[in-house]
Amino acid sequence: MSAHAEEHFAGSNKLFTSIWVWLLVLTLIEIFLAYKPMPIHFMLTILLGLSIIKAALIVAYFMHMKFERLSLILTIVPMLVVCICLMFVVFPDSFRASGLRYKFKETPAVAPAPEEH
Amino acid sequence: MSTEARAVHFPAADWDGGVHPYRVGHRKLGMWLFIVSDSLTFSALLIGYSYLRASNVWPTPFPFYPSIVFSSVMTFCLLSSSLTMVFGVSASSRGDKAAARKWILGTMFFGAAFVILHLIEWNHLISEGLRPFSLPAHWVSTFTTTDGQLPSPLFGATFFTITGLHMFHVTTGIIYLGVIAARVRKVNHEDIEISGLYWHFVDLVWMFVFPLIYILSVDVGGHLAK
Repeated sequence: MSAHAEEHFAGSNKLFTSIWVWLLVLTLIEIFLAYKPMPIHFMLTILLGLSIIKAALIVAYFMHMKFERLSLILTIVPMLVVCICLMFVVFPDSFRASGLRYKFKETPAVAPAPEEH
Repeated sequence: MSTEARAVHFPAADWDGGVHPYRVGHRKLGMWLFIVSDSLTFSALLIGYSYLRASNVWPTPFPFYPSIVFSSVMTFCLLSSSLTMVFGVSASSRGDKAAARKWILGTMFFGAAFVILHLIEWNHLISEGLRPFSLPAHWVSTFTTTDGQLPSPLFGATFFTITGLHMFHVTTGIIYLGVIAARVRKVNHEDIEISGLYWHFVDLVWMFVFPLIYILSVDVGGHLAK
């Protein structure tokens, strides 16, 4: 087994710099998208997709997980993903809560007085 | 550091099994587990924020200047600090502790720049009148819908909680790196790598906070300025 090779911190500074450039480019795309009018769920999907790519680049290269033992990756990553997904279980309730909201029909700034005619 | 030297530093008695099942030291494994639990904390906060946002009229008040310009420069600072950190760990793996210290100090510099910019950005919002449980009056009048639904006053609560907790992590990270930089010749390579793990995690969290809090709250039409 090549135990000696793994003592070295794998990855060259050139590789890390290119990852940094990629992260900056993805960030610039995000800022550009902010000013593109589009439905919020499109925007959310694209932004989260880009964020997950950025997170994966950071974890894989900067945090060096790409060069760790598979057993460590399998211990850490799947349980984290499952736990985060489980948190979304309550999320549909937010759409119900949105329908239950009190409608402020008599907001002074906007709504006209109902007794006017 | 050779395998033999590390074997001395991480004696088998630590695990009583004679092997390192993950081929990382117990401290590094501990940091990974801490990162998992901290990820869950931030996930819960961000999902709670999304829940509130989806169930309320949500103000989108951030102008290009100062908010987006500041947060973009802050993102640049954090990404650059991750790069200097990884250079530091790389130098340490070559045994060049002096260079490692310089890179770690660079990382602390970028981290401090992030915190200072963030505090200035907070100050902008606070002086505009944003509070944890209330919005500035002109935000309320601008973002009230045509059928009279008021924007949620929880904008400030979610904003200050999430960015505040993240800022706390950055500040803690700067102190942590300061200790590592001061003791760089005494600590071994893996300890420097572990501080790097923490620092990159702080950067990683910002990669979700920035789009969800800032990019999705851009005042695209410039409604507030009108």
